[in-house]
Amino acid sequence: MSASFSVEVVSPESVLYSGEATMVITRTLGGGEIAFQAGHAPFLGALDASHTRVFLVDGAVEDIAVHGGFVEVSNNKVSLLSDTAEVASAIDVGRARAAKERAEERLRHEHDAEATAALGRANARLSAAGHS
Amino acid sequence: MAGGTERALRSRIKSMQATKKITRAMELIAGSRIVKAQQRVQAAVPYSEQITEVVRDLAAAGASSDLPLLVGRDEIRTTCYVVISADRGLCGGYNTGVQRAAEGEIKADVAAGRGYTVVPVGRKAEGYFRFRQYNLGTAFGGFSDAPSYADAKQIGEYVVDLYASGEVDRVELVYTRFISAGSQEVVLRPLVPLSADTVAGGDGKAGSTDGSGGDYEFEPDPTTILETLLPRYVEARIFAALLNAAASEHAFRQRAMKSATDNAEELIRNLSIVMNRARQDAITTEIMEIVGGAEALGSGKNPSVRYVDLLGESLVTSPETGDN
Repeated sequence: MSASFSVEVVSPESVLYSGEATMVITRTLGGGEIAFQAGHAPFLGALDASHTRVFLVDGAVEDIAVHGGFVEVSNNKVSLLSDTAEVASAIDVGRARAAKERAEERLRHEHDAEATAALGRANARLSAAGHS
Repeated sequence: MAGGTERALRSRIKSMQATKKITRAMELIAGSRIVKAQQRVQAAVPYSEQITEVVRDLAAAGASSDLPLLVGRDEIRTTCYVVISADRGLCGGYNTGVQRAAEGEIKADVAAGRGYTVVPVGRKAEGYFRFRQYNLGTAFGGFSDAPSYADAKQIGEYVVDLYASGEVDRVELVYTRFISAGSQEVVLRPLVPLSADTVAGGDGKAGSTDGSGGDYEFEPDPTTILETLLPRYVEARIFAALLNAAASEHAFRQRAMKSATDNAEELIRNLSIVMNRARQDAITTEIMEIVGGAEALGSGKNPSVRYVDLLGESLVTSPETGDN
Protein backbone atom coordinates (compact mmCIF):
# COMPACT_ATOMS: atom_id res chain seq x y z
CA MET A 1 0.00 0.00 0.00
CA SER A 2 1.61 3.21 -1.09
CA ALA A 3 1.13 6.57 0.52
CA SER A 4 -1.91 8.58 -0.46
CA PHE A 5 -2.47 12.20 -1.38
CA SER A 6 -5.51 14.34 -1.99
CA VAL A 7 -7.02 14.88 -5.41
CA GLU A 8 -9.40 17.59 -6.50
CA VAL A 9 -11.15 17.98 -9.80
CA VAL A 10 -12.43 21.53 -9.99
CA SER A 11 -14.62 23.08 -12.66
CA PRO A 12 -15.69 26.73 -12.63
CA GLU A 13 -19.16 25.86 -11.40
CA SER A 14 -18.29 23.37 -8.70
CA VAL A 15 -15.82 20.96 -7.20
CA LEU A 16 -16.54 17.81 -9.19
CA TYR A 17 -14.53 15.40 -7.23
CA SER A 18 -12.32 15.41 -4.21
CA GLY A 19 -10.80 12.55 -2.31
CA GLU A 20 -7.72 10.58 -1.31
CA ALA A 21 -5.90 8.62 -3.94
CA THR A 22 -2.72 6.65 -4.44
CA MET A 23 -2.24 7.44 -8.10
CA VAL A 24 -3.67 9.71 -10.79
CA ILE A 25 -3.17 9.21 -14.50
CA THR A 26 -3.97 12.01 -16.92
CA ARG A 27 -2.69 13.34 -20.21
CA THR A 28 -0.84 16.59 -20.80
CA LEU A 29 -0.84 18.64 -23.96
CA GLY A 30 1.85 17.22 -26.21
CA GLY A 31 3.44 15.24 -23.41
CA GLY A 32 1.34 12.10 -23.43
CA GLU A 33 0.02 10.31 -20.38
CA ILE A 34 1.49 11.05 -17.03
CA ALA A 35 0.96 9.41 -13.66
CA PHE A 36 1.29 11.09 -10.29
CA GLN A 37 1.94 9.29 -7.06
CA ALA A 38 2.42 10.53 -3.55
CA GLY A 39 5.43 12.78 -3.14
CA HIS A 40 5.57 13.82 -6.77
CA ALA A 41 7.67 16.89 -7.43
CA PRO A 42 5.75 20.13 -7.95
CA PHE A 43 4.32 20.01 -11.41
CA LEU A 44 2.29 22.27 -13.67
CA GLY A 45 0.83 21.15 -16.95
CA ALA A 46 -1.79 21.94 -19.55
CA LEU A 47 -4.18 19.06 -20.14
CA ASP A 48 -5.44 17.43 -23.29
CA ALA A 49 -8.86 15.79 -23.57
CA SER A 50 -8.32 12.56 -21.76
CA HIS A 51 -9.71 9.73 -19.76
CA THR A 52 -8.28 10.54 -16.34
CA ARG A 53 -8.07 7.71 -13.83
CA VAL A 54 -7.95 8.31 -10.12
CA PHE A 55 -6.84 5.25 -8.12
CA LEU A 56 -8.49 5.56 -4.75
CA VAL A 57 -7.10 4.43 -1.43
CA ASP A 58 -9.58 1.55 -1.20
CA GLY A 59 -8.50 0.20 -4.58
CA ALA A 60 -11.42 1.52 -6.56
CA VAL A 61 -10.79 3.55 -9.69
CA GLU A 62 -12.66 6.76 -10.43
CA ASP A 63 -12.95 7.42 -14.15
CA ILE A 64 -13.26 11.04 -15.17
CA ALA A 65 -13.41 12.50 -18.65
CA VAL A 66 -11.40 15.73 -18.57
CA HIS A 67 -11.58 18.02 -21.57
CA GLY A 68 -8.60 20.29 -21.40
CA GLY A 69 -7.58 22.40 -18.47
CA PHE A 70 -4.60 22.35 -16.15
CA VAL A 71 -3.04 20.20 -13.53
CA GLU A 72 -1.08 21.45 -10.60
CA VAL A 73 0.82 19.22 -8.22
CA SER A 74 2.22 20.70 -5.06
CA ASN A 75 2.47 19.81 -1.39
CA ASN A 76 1.22 16.31 -2.02
CA LYS A 77 -1.95 17.55 -3.61
CA VAL A 78 -3.10 17.13 -7.18
CA SER A 79 -5.54 19.70 -8.54
CA LEU A 80 -7.13 19.29 -11.93
CA LEU A 81 -8.69 22.50 -13.21
CA SER A 82 -11.00 22.03 -16.12
CA ASP A 83 -13.70 23.98 -17.93
CA THR A 84 -15.52 20.75 -18.54
CA ALA A 85 -15.03 17.45 -16.83
CA GLU A 86 -17.45 14.63 -16.16
CA VAL A 87 -17.30 11.69 -13.81
CA ALA A 88 -18.04 8.40 -15.54
CA SER A 89 -21.54 8.07 -14.07
CA ALA A 90 -22.60 11.41 -15.56
CA ILE A 91 -21.55 10.59 -19.11
CA ASP A 92 -24.23 10.06 -21.73
CA VAL A 93 -22.73 7.19 -23.72
CA GLY A 94 -25.24 7.41 -26.55
CA ARG A 95 -24.53 11.05 -27.08
CA ALA A 96 -20.78 10.59 -26.92
CA ARG A 97 -20.97 7.78 -29.49
CA ALA A 98 -23.09 9.93 -31.81
CA ALA A 99 -20.62 12.78 -31.39
CA LYS A 100 -17.76 10.44 -32.21
CA GLU A 101 -19.44 9.25 -35.40
CA ARG A 102 -20.21 12.78 -36.45
CA ALA A 103 -16.62 13.87 -35.86
CA GLU A 104 -15.23 10.87 -37.75
CA GLU A 105 -17.58 11.57 -40.61
CA ARG A 106 -16.34 15.11 -40.86
CA LEU A 107 -12.72 14.11 -40.60
CA ARG A 108 -13.17 11.74 -43.53
CA HIS A 109 -13.90 14.70 -45.76
CA GLU A 110 -11.61 17.35 -44.45
CA HIS A 111 -9.15 17.82 -41.69
CA ASP A 112 -10.33 20.46 -39.31
CA ALA A 113 -9.19 21.21 -35.82
CA GLU A 114 -12.65 21.44 -34.35
CA ALA A 115 -13.63 17.97 -35.47
CA THR A 116 -10.34 16.58 -34.18
CA ALA A 117 -11.00 18.15 -30.80
CA ALA A 118 -14.57 16.83 -30.80
CA LEU A 119 -13.29 13.36 -31.59
CA GLY A 120 -10.80 13.60 -28.74
CA ARG A 121 -13.55 14.62 -26.33
CA ALA A 122 -15.87 11.85 -27.49
CA ASN A 123 -13.11 9.28 -27.14
CA ALA A 124 -12.26 10.52 -23.66
CA ARG A 125 -15.91 10.26 -22.62
CA LEU A 126 -16.36 6.78 -24.05
CA SER A 127 -13.15 5.55 -22.53
CA ALA A 128 -14.06 6.96 -19.13
CA ALA A 129 -17.50 5.42 -19.31
CA GLY A 130 -15.95 2.04 -20.02
CA HIS A 131 -16.91 1.77 -23.70
CA SER A 132 -14.09 2.02 -26.16
CA MET B 1 -71.10 62.46 -3.28
CA ALA B 2 -70.28 60.63 -0.05
CA GLY B 3 -71.14 57.11 -1.28
CA GLY B 4 -69.03 57.67 -4.39
CA THR B 5 -65.84 58.40 -2.42
CA GLU B 6 -66.33 55.25 -0.44
CA ARG B 7 -66.68 53.14 -3.54
CA ALA B 8 -63.60 54.71 -5.14
CA LEU B 9 -61.55 54.09 -2.00
CA ARG B 10 -62.73 50.52 -1.80
CA SER B 11 -61.56 49.79 -5.33
CA ARG B 12 -58.21 51.46 -4.66
CA ILE B 13 -57.70 49.30 -1.61
CA LYS B 14 -58.55 46.22 -3.63
CA SER B 15 -56.00 47.01 -6.32
CA MET B 16 -53.43 47.81 -3.65
CA GLN B 17 -54.02 44.43 -2.08
CA ALA B 18 -53.49 42.75 -5.43
CA THR B 19 -50.21 44.67 -5.90
CA LYS B 20 -49.14 43.70 -2.44
CA LYS B 21 -49.68 40.04 -3.23
CA ILE B 22 -47.46 40.33 -6.29
CA THR B 23 -44.66 42.18 -4.54
CA ARG B 24 -44.80 39.77 -1.63
CA ALA B 25 -44.46 36.84 -4.03
CA MET B 26 -41.51 38.48 -5.79
CA GLU B 27 -39.89 39.17 -2.45
CA LEU B 28 -40.14 35.54 -1.43
CA ILE B 29 -38.87 34.28 -4.77
CA ALA B 30 -35.88 36.63 -4.69
CA GLY B 31 -35.21 35.60 -1.11
CA SER B 32 -35.02 31.93 -2.00
CA ARG B 33 -32.84 32.68 -5.02
CA ILE B 34 -30.31 34.63 -2.98
CA VAL B 35 -29.41 31.45 -1.14
CA LYS B 36 -28.96 29.52 -4.35
CA ALA B 37 -26.96 32.30 -5.96
CA GLN B 38 -24.79 32.58 -2.89
CA GLN B 39 -24.05 28.87 -3.04
CA ARG B 40 -23.01 29.26 -6.67
CA VAL B 41 -20.66 32.08 -5.72
CA GLN B 42 -19.15 29.82 -3.08
CA ALA B 43 -18.92 26.88 -5.48
CA ALA B 44 -16.93 28.98 -7.94
CA VAL B 45 -14.38 30.05 -5.36
CA PRO B 46 -12.15 26.92 -5.43
CA TYR B 47 -11.66 27.14 -9.18
CA SER B 48 -10.80 30.82 -9.25
CA GLU B 49 -8.55 30.42 -6.24
CA GLN B 50 -6.65 27.58 -7.80
CA ILE B 51 -6.33 29.21 -11.17
CA THR B 52 -5.03 32.34 -9.47
CA GLU B 53 -2.52 30.23 -7.65
CA VAL B 54 -1.39 28.59 -10.86
CA VAL B 55 -0.94 31.99 -12.52
CA ARG B 56 1.08 33.14 -9.55
CA ASP B 57 3.23 30.03 -9.55
CA LEU B 58 3.87 30.41 -13.24
CA ALA B 59 4.83 34.02 -12.81
CA ALA B 60 7.08 33.09 -9.90
CA ALA B 61 8.66 30.36 -11.99
CA GLY B 62 9.65 32.95 -14.51
CA ALA B 63 7.27 32.19 -17.31
CA SER B 64 7.68 34.72 -20.03
CA SER B 65 5.84 37.81 -18.91
CA ASP B 66 5.73 39.60 -22.23
CA LEU B 67 2.50 37.92 -23.31
CA PRO B 68 0.07 40.49 -24.68
CA LEU B 69 -2.52 39.78 -21.99
CA LEU B 70 0.02 40.49 -19.27
CA VAL B 71 1.73 43.57 -20.58
CA GLY B 72 -0.16 46.82 -20.45
CA ARG B 73 0.02 49.24 -23.32
CA ASP B 74 2.07 52.38 -22.81
CA GLU B 75 -0.66 54.66 -24.00
CA ILE B 76 -4.25 53.98 -23.03
CA ARG B 77 -6.36 55.35 -25.85
CA THR B 78 -9.50 53.26 -25.57
CA THR B 79 -11.03 51.59 -22.56
CA CYS B 80 -13.63 48.88 -22.74
CA TYR B 81 -16.19 48.78 -19.93
CA VAL B 82 -18.00 45.55 -19.31
CA VAL B 83 -21.08 46.66 -17.41
CA ILE B 84 -22.96 43.88 -15.68
CA SER B 85 -26.59 44.67 -14.93
CA ALA B 86 -29.88 42.80 -14.67
CA ASP B 87 -32.21 41.75 -17.44
CA ARG B 88 -35.26 42.98 -15.58
CA GLY B 89 -36.17 45.95 -13.48
CA LEU B 90 -38.01 46.05 -10.17
CA CYS B 91 -34.80 45.70 -8.24
CA GLY B 92 -34.39 49.08 -6.64
CA GLY B 93 -31.19 50.93 -7.37
CA TYR B 94 -29.33 47.88 -8.65
CA ASN B 95 -29.20 48.79 -12.33
CA THR B 96 -28.82 52.51 -11.78
CA GLY B 97 -25.88 51.85 -9.48
CA VAL B 98 -23.71 50.10 -12.06
CA GLN B 99 -24.89 52.32 -14.88
CA ARG B 100 -24.01 55.46 -12.99
CA ALA B 101 -20.59 54.12 -12.03
CA ALA B 102 -19.83 53.21 -15.64
CA GLU B 103 -21.18 56.49 -16.94
CA GLY B 104 -18.97 58.42 -14.54
CA GLU B 105 -15.87 56.59 -15.79
CA ILE B 106 -16.85 57.13 -19.39
CA LYS B 107 -17.40 60.85 -18.88
CA ALA B 108 -13.99 61.11 -17.23
CA ASP B 109 -12.45 59.29 -20.20
CA VAL B 110 -14.18 61.52 -22.71
CA ALA B 111 -13.08 64.61 -20.78
CA ALA B 112 -9.50 63.34 -20.90
CA GLY B 113 -9.79 62.79 -24.63
CA ARG B 114 -9.75 59.02 -24.51
CA GLY B 115 -12.06 56.66 -26.32
CA TYR B 116 -14.29 54.01 -24.80
CA THR B 117 -16.50 51.08 -25.70
CA VAL B 118 -19.32 49.80 -23.56
CA VAL B 119 -20.02 46.09 -23.51
CA PRO B 120 -23.36 45.86 -21.72
CA VAL B 121 -24.20 42.58 -20.03
CA GLY B 122 -27.89 42.34 -19.19
CA ARG B 123 -30.77 43.91 -21.08
CA LYS B 124 -31.20 46.86 -18.74
CA ALA B 125 -27.68 48.18 -19.26
CA GLU B 126 -27.99 47.60 -22.99
CA GLY B 127 -31.20 49.63 -23.18
CA TYR B 128 -29.76 52.37 -21.03
CA PHE B 129 -26.56 52.86 -23.00
CA ARG B 130 -28.17 52.35 -26.39
CA PHE B 131 -30.83 54.94 -25.67
CA ARG B 132 -28.17 57.45 -24.69
CA GLN B 133 -26.17 56.62 -27.81
CA TYR B 134 -22.97 55.50 -26.22
CA ASN B 135 -20.41 53.55 -28.23
CA LEU B 136 -21.56 50.00 -27.86
CA GLY B 137 -19.73 46.79 -28.50
CA THR B 138 -21.55 43.48 -28.63
CA ALA B 139 -24.26 43.26 -26.01
CA PHE B 140 -24.81 40.15 -23.96
CA GLY B 141 -27.92 39.30 -22.00
CA GLY B 142 -30.62 36.86 -21.07
CA PHE B 143 -28.80 35.12 -18.27
CA SER B 144 -28.53 37.61 -15.42
CA ASP B 145 -30.59 35.42 -13.06
CA ALA B 146 -28.39 32.36 -13.30
CA PRO B 147 -25.29 32.84 -15.43
CA SER B 148 -23.48 29.74 -16.66
CA TYR B 149 -19.79 29.35 -17.35
CA ALA B 150 -20.54 29.22 -21.07
CA ASP B 151 -21.89 32.79 -20.82
CA ALA B 152 -18.72 33.96 -19.11
CA LYS B 153 -16.69 32.19 -21.77
CA GLN B 154 -18.51 34.02 -24.55
CA ILE B 155 -17.88 37.38 -22.96
CA GLY B 156 -14.29 36.44 -22.17
CA GLU B 157 -13.51 35.42 -25.73
CA TYR B 158 -15.06 38.59 -27.09
CA VAL B 159 -13.19 40.83 -24.69
CA VAL B 160 -9.83 39.12 -25.20
CA ASP B 161 -10.35 39.45 -28.96
CA LEU B 162 -11.10 43.15 -28.60
CA TYR B 163 -7.92 43.59 -26.64
CA ALA B 164 -5.76 41.42 -28.89
CA SER B 165 -6.94 43.19 -32.03
CA GLY B 166 -5.83 46.50 -30.52
CA GLU B 167 -9.32 47.98 -30.60
CA VAL B 168 -9.16 48.63 -26.90
CA ASP B 169 -6.12 49.06 -24.66
CA ARG B 170 -7.75 48.17 -21.40
CA VAL B 171 -10.79 46.29 -20.17
CA GLU B 172 -12.57 47.10 -16.94
CA LEU B 173 -15.37 45.23 -15.25
CA VAL B 174 -18.18 47.18 -13.59
CA TYR B 175 -20.43 45.03 -11.44
CA THR B 176 -22.05 44.74 -8.04
CA ARG B 177 -20.06 42.73 -5.58
CA PHE B 178 -22.02 40.56 -3.20
CA ILE B 179 -20.65 40.94 0.31
CA SER B 180 -23.60 39.60 2.26
CA ALA B 181 -27.36 39.50 1.91
CA GLY B 182 -27.41 42.90 3.60
CA SER B 183 -24.66 44.67 1.73
CA GLN B 184 -23.45 44.87 -1.83
CA GLU B 185 -21.27 47.42 -3.51
CA VAL B 186 -20.65 48.56 -7.04
CA VAL B 187 -17.04 47.96 -7.95
CA LEU B 188 -14.80 48.73 -10.89
CA ARG B 189 -12.10 46.14 -11.48
CA PRO B 190 -9.41 46.12 -14.11
CA LEU B 191 -9.61 42.88 -16.09
CA VAL B 192 -7.18 43.13 -18.99
CA PRO B 193 -4.22 43.52 -19.06
CA LEU B 194 -3.58 41.34 -16.07
CA SER B 195 -1.06 43.16 -13.99
CA ALA B 196 0.42 41.79 -10.79
CA ASP B 197 -2.15 43.58 -8.65
CA THR B 198 -4.95 42.38 -10.92
CA VAL B 199 -3.96 38.84 -10.17
CA ALA B 200 -4.01 39.59 -6.46
CA GLY B 201 -7.31 41.47 -6.49
CA GLY B 202 -9.75 38.66 -7.14
CA ASP B 203 -13.07 38.13 -5.45
CA GLY B 204 -11.95 35.05 -3.64
CA LYS B 205 -9.66 35.02 -0.67
CA ALA B 206 -6.24 36.51 -1.06
CA GLY B 207 -4.72 33.04 -1.34
CA SER B 208 -1.48 31.83 0.12
CA THR B 209 0.82 34.71 0.77
CA ASP B 210 4.08 32.84 0.80
CA GLY B 211 3.99 32.55 -2.99
CA SER B 212 6.92 30.17 -2.92
CA GLY B 213 6.06 27.96 -5.84
CA GLY B 214 9.18 25.91 -5.39
CA ASP B 215 10.84 24.25 -8.32
CA TYR B 216 8.08 23.24 -10.63
CA GLU B 217 8.27 20.87 -13.52
CA PHE B 218 6.38 22.07 -16.53
CA GLU B 219 4.80 20.24 -19.38
CA PRO B 220 4.71 21.84 -21.91
CA ASP B 221 6.92 24.84 -21.15
CA PRO B 222 5.70 27.58 -18.78
CA THR B 223 5.07 30.14 -21.47
CA THR B 224 2.79 27.82 -23.44
CA ILE B 225 0.89 26.92 -20.30
CA LEU B 226 0.50 30.56 -19.41
CA GLU B 227 -0.71 31.31 -22.89
CA THR B 228 -3.54 28.81 -22.65
CA LEU B 229 -4.18 29.64 -19.03
CA LEU B 230 -4.67 33.40 -19.25
CA PRO B 231 -7.87 33.37 -21.32
CA ARG B 232 -9.27 30.80 -18.85
CA TYR B 233 -8.26 33.11 -16.07
CA VAL B 234 -10.09 36.04 -17.65
CA GLU B 235 -13.16 33.84 -18.06
CA ALA B 236 -13.01 32.74 -14.45
CA ARG B 237 -12.85 36.38 -13.36
CA ILE B 238 -15.84 37.28 -15.51
CA PHE B 239 -17.72 34.25 -14.24
CA ALA B 240 -17.08 35.23 -10.64
CA ALA B 241 -18.29 38.75 -11.43
CA LEU B 242 -21.44 37.41 -13.10
CA LEU B 243 -22.23 35.21 -10.12
CA ASN B 244 -21.64 38.07 -7.71
CA ALA B 245 -23.87 40.29 -9.80
CA ALA B 246 -26.63 37.66 -9.91
CA ALA B 247 -26.58 37.24 -6.13
CA SER B 248 -26.60 41.02 -5.68
CA GLU B 249 -29.49 41.37 -8.10
CA HIS B 250 -31.59 38.96 -6.07
CA ALA B 251 -30.67 40.72 -2.84
CA PHE B 252 -31.58 44.11 -4.32
CA ARG B 253 -34.83 42.77 -5.67
CA GLN B 254 -35.76 41.24 -2.37
CA ARG B 255 -35.13 44.52 -0.58
CA ALA B 256 -37.02 46.56 -3.16
CA MET B 257 -39.97 44.20 -3.06
CA LYS B 258 -39.99 44.13 0.70
CA SER B 259 -40.23 47.89 0.91
CA ALA B 260 -42.89 47.84 -1.81
CA THR B 261 -44.90 45.36 0.24
CA ASP B 262 -44.46 47.47 3.36
CA ASN B 263 -45.55 50.56 1.47
CA ALA B 264 -48.60 48.80 0.14
CA GLU B 265 -49.50 47.68 3.64
CA GLU B 266 -49.24 51.21 4.97
CA LEU B 267 -51.25 52.62 2.10
CA ILE B 268 -53.93 50.02 2.63
CA ARG B 269 -54.09 50.90 6.32
CA ASN B 270 -54.35 54.63 5.66
CA LEU B 271 -56.87 54.18 2.90
CA SER B 272 -58.97 51.90 5.11
CA ILE B 273 -59.09 54.60 7.76
CA VAL B 274 -60.11 57.20 5.19
CA MET B 275 -62.65 54.82 3.72
CA ASN B 276 -64.19 53.99 7.10
CA ARG B 277 -64.39 57.64 7.92
CA ALA B 278 -66.07 58.34 4.58
CA ARG B 279 -68.55 55.57 5.20
CA GLN B 280 -69.28 56.82 8.70
CA ASP B 281 -69.68 60.32 7.31
CA ALA B 282 -72.12 59.07 4.75
CA ILE B 283 -74.15 57.24 7.39
CA THR B 284 -74.14 60.24 9.69
CA THR B 285 -75.21 62.49 6.86
CA GLU B 286 -78.03 60.14 5.99
CA ILE B 287 -79.28 60.01 9.57
CA MET B 288 -79.03 63.77 9.77
CA GLU B 289 -81.04 64.05 6.62
CA ILE B 290 -83.73 61.73 7.92
CA VAL B 291 -83.85 63.47 11.28
CA GLY B 292 -83.83 66.85 9.58
CA GLY B 293 -86.60 65.78 7.25
CA ALA B 294 -88.68 64.39 10.06
CA GLU B 295 -88.11 67.52 12.08
CA ALA B 296 -89.15 69.68 9.18
CA LEU B 297 -92.32 67.66 8.97
CA GLY B 298 -92.95 67.69 12.73
CA SER B 299 -92.15 71.36 13.27
CA GLY B 300 -95.14 72.55 11.22
CA LYS B 301 -97.64 74.52 13.37
CA ASN B 302 -100.53 72.42 12.27
CA PRO B 303 -99.26 69.09 10.91
CA SER B 304 -102.64 67.48 10.78
CA VAL B 305 -103.72 69.89 8.10
CA ARG B 306 -101.50 68.30 5.50
CA TYR B 307 -102.51 64.81 6.45
CA VAL B 308 -106.07 65.78 6.24
CA ASP B 309 -105.41 67.10 2.82
CA LEU B 310 -103.59 64.03 1.58
CA LEU B 311 -105.17 61.15 3.39
CA GLY B 312 -108.60 61.86 4.65
CA GLU B 313 -109.07 58.91 7.07
CA SER B 314 -105.61 58.97 8.84
CA LEU B 315 -106.51 61.99 10.92
CA VAL B 316 -106.33 59.94 14.17
CA THR B 317 -102.75 58.71 13.83
CA SER B 318 -101.04 61.60 12.19
CA PRO B 319 -100.69 63.91 15.19
CA GLU B 320 -98.69 61.21 17.06
CA THR B 321 -96.20 60.84 14.21
CA GLY B 322 -95.87 64.52 13.82
CA ASP B 323 -95.06 65.06 17.49
CA ASN B 324 -91.74 63.26 17.39
